[in-house]
Amino acid sequence: MKLDHDIPGTPIFDGDQAQKGYALNQMCFSFNKAENRAAFLKDEDAYCAKYRLNAQQREAVRARNVLKLIEAGGNVYYLAKLAGIFGLNVQDIGAQQTGMSVDDFKAKLAAAGR
Amino acid sequence: MAQIVGGIATTHVPSIGNAIAKGLQHDPYWKPFFDGFPPAHKWLAKVKPDVVVVVYNDHGLNFFLDKMPTFSVGAAAEYRNEDEGWGLPVSKPYPGDAKFSWHLIESLVADEFDITVCQEMLVDHAFTIPLSLLWPGADVRPVRTVPVVVNTVQHPLPSIARCLKFGKAIGRAIESYEQDMKVLVVGTGGLSHQLDGTRAGFINKDFDMMCLDKIVNDPEALTRYSIPDLVEQAGSQGVELLNWIVMRGALTGRVSKLHSNYHIPISNTASAMLMLENEPVRVRQAA
Repeated sequence: MKLDHDIPGTPIFDGDQAQKGYALNQMCFSFNKAENRAAFLKDEDAYCAKYRLNAQQREAVRARNVLKLIEAGGNVYYLAKLAGIFGLNVQDIGAQQTGMSVDDFKAKLAAAGR
Repeated sequence: MAQIVGGIATTHVPSIGNAIAKGLQHDPYWKPFFDGFPPAHKWLAKVKPDVVVVVYNDHGLNFFLDKMPTFSVGAAAEYRNEDEGWGLPVSKPYPGDAKFSWHLIESLVADEFDITVCQEMLVDHAFTIPLSLLWPGADVRPVRTVPVVVNTVQHPLPSIARCLKFGKAIGRAIESYEQDMKVLVVGTGGLSHQLDGTRAGFINKDFDMMCLDKIVNDPEALTRYSIPDLVEQAGSQGVELLNWIVMRGALTGRVSKLHSNYHIPISNTASAMLMLENEPVRVRQAA
């Protein structure tokens, strides 16, 4: 039984995405280790090649674009480790995905409590 | 015999770890969240549990997508935390209770829950932060621990009904342990939040309030929500409610609410804590 995926704006990380994004997520998983984060920063092309990212994944990493990374099969928990390399937190990536400024995104979160 | 003293559920957002490290508990942003915990400190000092079963989801520290068990149980003498990649301070190890873990494992498999057994298991922020909130102090390790990990990362996820049954099986397993000891069950994560997609930042206060109410006295009512319903209502990471459901299922006796706290937002999340007392049925009958 497949899930109904039709929740607007809401990616579901299912078997299709898990297969599609395996290499990308595996690279992000490697960023748990400081030496791997350093190796990525030192030579991003070589590091992405080592993990056999496909062209779509490589381009999404190059663009630092979270929606494109998700489209390429990235899971947000693993992507957070990539975002962390660039000093981005979940408000930063939330703002990027929703096309808002970080301040506006934070205001939107706060408004949900009222 | 082992006795289940109660259950506590709490949000496990990583930035809480940074707030603790920086001593921001009284900062205006953080205070409404940390104010939920003094009643727990007081109650835990009185009850003094010996062991804590911590039900949580791993976020890519211990498990990768190469092997993703639906339910797994730690069976180690010690559990280490490690670098998760974004600068959270690494916690010192937590003591386990391997003998108790193996009892739980034997009982769960006999009860038809075919869990994955982990003699080595790294514990991430979803395990360490709740324990730091309940027993503040970086080197404080007053309890032994058993990690129980639920897959909330890769669909298909176990249903709410299945998680409730799993929790009940954990409750039966704890209560059949012959050693006299007090056990607390902790469920971590949630409540509503969504990190990914153009709906990122989604929070659903009404749904959270309903869950906080139902989980105390009528957790079965929540089984009407399918996983897609839960994603829709709680957000794609709000599915961590499953960990709360397992915790609640493990409380086999008469359950009463001791305390709760709810605050929006902490990071991208509707933060919440819920503290439940479990009065074992046999104690009540003896009284």
